[in-house]
Amino acid sequence: MTSPNPSPALSRGAGEIYDATIIGAGAMGATTALHLARSGMKVLLIDRGEICREASGVNAGTLTLHMTRAALIPHAMRGRELWLDAPKWLGMDVGARSAPGLSLAFTPAEREMLEKRAEARAAMGAPIRLITPAEARAVEPRLNDGVLAAAFCELDGHVTAYLTGRAYRRALTAAGVTIRENLPVSAINRDGAHYDITAASPDNRAPEHLRTRRLVLAGGVWLQSMLGWLGFDVPVKCLINQLVVTERMRPVMRSVVGIANGLLSLKQFENGTVLIGGGWQGIGDPVRGGVEAIPENLVGNVRLARHAIPALGETRIARIWLGLESETADALPMIGPLPGMENAFVIGCVHSGYTSAPCMGWLLSQTILGHEPELPLFDPARLMAAPAAQRPEETP
Amino acid sequence: MKTALEPATLPAPADLIVIGAGPAGAEAAMSAAAQGLRVLLLDEAVAAGGQVYRAPHAGDKKSASSPEAVAGNDLRARLEASTVECHFGETVWSVSPGFRVDSLSAQGTRSWHGRALITATGASERVVPFPGWTLPGVIGLAGATILLKSQGILPGRRTLIAGCGPLLLAVAAGILAAGGEVAAVADLSPRSDWLRKFPRLASRPDLLLRGAGWLASLKRTGVPVFSAHTLKEVVRDGDQLVATLQPVDGARRPVTGPEPHFAVDAVTVGHGLVPGTDVTRLLRARHHYDFAQGGWAPDLDGNFRTNLPGLYAVGDGTGIAGAATASLNGQLAGLAAARDLGALADTVHEQLAARLEQQAAKAGRFGRAMAELMALRPAQVAAISPETVVCRCEDVTRAEIDSAIEDGARTVNQLKSWTRCGMGPCQGRMCGDVATALMAQATGEAPVAPFTGRTPFRPLPISQFAGDCDYGDIKLPPPAPL
Repeated sequence: MTSPNPSPALSRGAGEIYDATIIGAGAMGATTALHLARSGMKVLLIDRGEICREASGVNAGTLTLHMTRAALIPHAMRGRELWLDAPKWLGMDVGARSAPGLSLAFTPAEREMLEKRAEARAAMGAPIRLITPAEARAVEPRLNDGVLAAAFCELDGHVTAYLTGRAYRRALTAAGVTIRENLPVSAINRDGAHYDITAASPDNRAPEHLRTRRLVLAGGVWLQSMLGWLGFDVPVKCLINQLVVTERMRPVMRSVVGIANGLLSLKQFENGTVLIGGGWQGIGDPVRGGVEAIPENLVGNVRLARHAIPALGETRIARIWLGLESETADALPMIGPLPGMENAFVIGCVHSGYTSAPCMGWLLSQTILGHEPELPLFDPARLMAAPAAQRPEETP
Repeated sequence: MKTALEPATLPAPADLIVIGAGPAGAEAAMSAAAQGLRVLLLDEAVAAGGQVYRAPHAGDKKSASSPEAVAGNDLRARLEASTVECHFGETVWSVSPGFRVDSLSAQGTRSWHGRALITATGASERVVPFPGWTLPGVIGLAGATILLKSQGILPGRRTLIAGCGPLLLAVAAGILAAGGEVAAVADLSPRSDWLRKFPRLASRPDLLLRGAGWLASLKRTGVPVFSAHTLKEVVRDGDQLVATLQPVDGARRPVTGPEPHFAVDAVTVGHGLVPGTDVTRLLRARHHYDFAQGGWAPDLDGNFRTNLPGLYAVGDGTGIAGAATASLNGQLAGLAAARDLGALADTVHEQLAARLEQQAAKAGRFGRAMAELMALRPAQVAAISPETVVCRCEDVTRAEIDSAIEDGARTVNQLKSWTRCGMGPCQGRMCGDVATALMAQATGEAPVAPFTGRTPFRPLPISQFAGDCDYGDIKLPPPAPL
């Protein structure tokens, strides 16, 4: 069979220069790569691991406006539509399904939080409204009787996140993108009008040098060290989210269920498995990745899930894993051109980023192609000083 | 209900925790405790013994006199008399560095803390998929052994036995002794392979004699034994199963020839054992691939130390070598841990270990010869047909696996994501090594690394795991940002 990766000899080809190189093959980077290639660019996509094997492939796959940061509601709504439309533009059904979404309150304090949050998100255009507990049970008959209040959104849903990599790999290959997996980059240097990327060769031979006219950094929680290659110092916080999936069980829910404080995301897939998320933290860091779950946090997360839908007590936990999520100092994304660097861009650190990834990648590709993006980007310059090399002389 | 949420209820840290009370783990626990260490021994079963030395069911006079039952009863009696703190019925579901072990029992979740950890979780049976292997009535050789040993139950009235290794004859003899009928035995290994191993097998004349006894009982009852035959397929025909055999060459590649078939009501089949590396993979210890010993196993030094400080591994989970070897190595691992924890002087350790090491080396020769007979051969994997289900939990066929590799999957973790192979309740314990072998054959890269270790080691019933609690008992972290 033919190898999907070009042989090292070929890719080291005599002075080949890519129009655009995206480092980081998650959903953000892969979407950017796909649109650039479809517009005719010669595109290289590099990842230190495999395509969509970090956050993009292991997240809870929740499409929910209830948990989206208010400022990102328009992007999330567009992203959700794109996931549902994936067969059309991505060429494969990634299991994206529309479902109603409920956010619940079990205490008076949670009810207050629920009302405040629903209002803020509705103000940004999310079709979220408060409903009575009886109305919530009409949507989701097996809800706990103790629900005090609920917010409803008809534009929620879920995606089978683990299929993301396969879908993108197919689409990118068809679009002519050169995909290099398991190729860690160690440095980037400016070389005239080009960027020279130093990457460790997978066979431990001399490092490869890859040249590109345009550069996109799309490395999620690794963006802090990646931006460091270009002299930027931007702190990126790494969240270690625990996820739990059950064995298959009879249909017990049809909506996406959360609670006001955002500490639960719960949905049942078509195959009968139920995914329990909500950002309860495990142990890990960008160097080691997700290392281990914290049993107390698992118990808390699972108790919360079973409290919302008591019928979950009938099934068993099949698997527990960890997904890394990145966050900037102001918890808003970095998407746009890097200040003082020609043809260099960054994309990432998007809260609930999986939902909006197809939208964000598309917006950035529009910008790179010189078009006005249809929704606002998130200027990374607000978070960073100019690169060290270009900074005014500092007194020692 | 007590849960892991109340740290005040945690028992004081032990010197050593041993997971698995088979021969390796039980002996390790006893030998470490004998040096004065406080040792906890955890097992999901109700008694010590593991698979081979499993306690027979009450009232089973016949199997109570078997060498395994005698050895097992002796093990249980010595354990009873030791200072080892045994906790049975505890399903270990997570291990954290340092060491913390989390288990679940009818009483809820519990956490155990220890300065050092020995994992002795044994092996699981491999079945190389063939059409019909997922039919009701088709069970593993190891499963049949458990039925016979602990329940005194026959797999069926008339059973076909297929696969490779010593369990073939043991199960056949066990069924005959329990009054069942054996339609035929299909041994994947050619006779020449057994003969080639003979010098090493002769290191254990007692076991060799026992094997000869099993063979004799088959001869006496006229059970046909087909050497160098694979089980080609099993189909259901009314309330019966029809099992078809096919000859294989020395490489276990199916070849043309007579294909005898047998109408039976049960089929037991097994193609060797795979080391259980759940704990060492979860903790990311270094592993290596050893074809002859069943596949991936943790790297160990001469004292059963993994590359992670304080973590030891022993028994069939470190490479298939059999129960006798596991017992001796278990004692050695316990002594090594005692020495490392300061309970045993280096010189005394060396004296105590020397004789055991000699015995273990001898037992190991026999065990490894048996393991080689059961090792996964590339031709067995190559022969899996496209429509055959490889992952039975998730119904993933070989064709679906090939298609994912065609799409660019290069690790079994990717394969799992793209096909759900290994995502079901068994978490890849059954399909994992065949899936990695399929990928290795398709990509020409061998060996392919196994699935990333994940918790829980066993499925956790949510009702037990969450326990009884009110909403107010759930300790919520700070809310996510707006």
